[in-house]
Amino acid sequence: MAWLGPDEWSAVALSLKVAGCATLVTLPLGVFVAYVLARWSFPGKQLLNGIVHLPLILPPVVTGYLLLLTFGTRGPVGGLLQEIGIVFAFRWTGAALAAGVMAFPLMVRAIRLSIEAVDPGLEQAAATLGASRLWVFATVTLPLILPGILTGGILAFAKAMGEFGATITFVSNIPGQTQTLPSAIYAFLQVPGGETSAMRLVLVSVAVAISALMLSEWLARRVANRVAGT
Amino acid sequence: MSLSVRLTHALAGFDLDIAFDAPPGVTALFGRSGAGKTTIVNAVAGLLRPDAGRVVVGDRVLFDTALGRWLPPHQRRVGYVFQEGRLFPHLSVRQNLAYGRWFARRAPATESQDRVVEMLGIGHLLDRRPAKLSGGEKQRVAIGRALLANPGLILADEPLAALDVARKSEILSYLERVRDEVSVPILYVSHSAAEVARIATTVVVLQDGKVQRQGPATEVFGDPSVLPTGVRAAGAVLQAIVVRHHADGLTEIDAGGARLFLPLIAQSPGREVRVRIAAHEVLLSRGRPEGLSALNILSGTVDQVRAGDGPGAIVSVRTQAGPVLARVTRRSADALGLAHGVPCHAIIKTVSIAPEDISGLV
Repeated sequence: MAWLGPDEWSAVALSLKVAGCATLVTLPLGVFVAYVLARWSFPGKQLLNGIVHLPLILPPVVTGYLLLLTFGTRGPVGGLLQEIGIVFAFRWTGAALAAGVMAFPLMVRAIRLSIEAVDPGLEQAAATLGASRLWVFATVTLPLILPGILTGGILAFAKAMGEFGATITFVSNIPGQTQTLPSAIYAFLQVPGGETSAMRLVLVSVAVAISALMLSEWLARRVANRVAGT
Repeated sequence: MSLSVRLTHALAGFDLDIAFDAPPGVTALFGRSGAGKTTIVNAVAGLLRPDAGRVVVGDRVLFDTALGRWLPPHQRRVGYVFQEGRLFPHLSVRQNLAYGRWFARRAPATESQDRVVEMLGIGHLLDRRPAKLSGGEKQRVAIGRALLANPGLILADEPLAALDVARKSEILSYLERVRDEVSVPILYVSHSAAEVARIATTVVVLQDGKVQRQGPATEVFGDPSVLPTGVRAAGAVLQAIVVRHHADGLTEIDAGGARLFLPLIAQSPGREVRVRIAAHEVLLSRGRPEGLSALNILSGTVDQVRAGDGPGAIVSVRTQAGPVLARVTRRSADALGLAHGVPCHAIIKTVSIAPEDISGLV
């Protein structure tokens, strides 16, 4: 990566860290919420569905501002978390939070689709063979939705890598702290002579996005074949 | 081990309200599609919560709505063989078979995997995935998987419905082995009279959500008033003992003292067999027929004549071998003067009895 300058390299590394953390931390929650939306029926289900999809339809700047209000040092949740030493505002953790929230709907949609494709009859069969609900999920549902989880995870990772509006609103654009790839491209384009750096980061973005897509296709196909036993 | 079921449940169009006690062996829930058969087995398995009822297997109460008792499906120890097999696609046959065994690992195994694998002839399939199995192979594995879960009861919901005729007969032979070699009671759901006649120890006839008739297969199928799946499927069932095999490809059997000839069967002399005689294959004659090619002539008296909606009638004839049903036209029944108490002869062509109509009993 010798052709990347130190500022550019730090933006790439930070973006990978932010997107990786955002994806891994939200994945279990994403699977749970997708399962709830796919298989349970309860009053308020549409409300939950709406809240999950909110970041997808709201302007990202609005989501970022709401995060700032909630998780900022003077926000109701941010203030509490600060007491126990967790700070989001103007830290890379905040960037990860913003990326995670923005990527969540995409992740849940992909996983929910794969759960809905699992024949409930298989889960019933497992129950009659002595498996409790938790065991049914662990031994039947989870292995069968693995392709969907992979797709959802990689989609979320790519979305998190590209998150800009909510991130810059929530945690600003501090080089080395919160300056992710898109923020860095934006910053380079604001200064004269920054076009070359911006172009290099654009190429990195494109490469990461395409690799993620190809990796997800390849993994999903492999896992799907293994699951189907063909 | 016996099974006692009573339940009521509102279904679309009618109410299910049934009660029956099943002795050991195979109890067939027999009735046309939509009679509520699957609802009953799903309630027994715990996959459906009925409005009210009580189900007891041996001394275990699976549910009793009056007492507020409801065991979840995974605690019921009920082996369920589904119509479509429902094998786990991501597991090999070996892992599918081991699945239920693992959850029942604390209980002493009633069946060893080796014995079940041998009984169902699935040894060569163990390392395959379900996607690579034929329909008949899938059902054999599904039966094995249910057996190995250490069940107190096996439920089979139309397990042959998705198979072709040849596979049906093959799986029935395996189910007969299970019935005869394993002491677990089986509740078998079917709308096929031939299937039920072959495998059932006891038949429970369901019609419009009610139990219309319950009894041994020979009694239920010999009664012309019980035709839940229509007149075309009518046929009495005779119980007999194999006497000897003849060199010209016939097997001679003894049904209540009457000698009958069947196409050659595998059961050895002395074994008990059950033969289904389709009603539309039986001819009736008032006088003793002479110079006839048919080998089997049973003499008896007419018990009842039931005219159908169309041109046909079902005539039940009491014979030495048991009740025989004949499907004739109303015109013939009138011409022969068939009525209760009239002596007549039932004529059955040997070649009209198909291998699927014959089953061995222990």
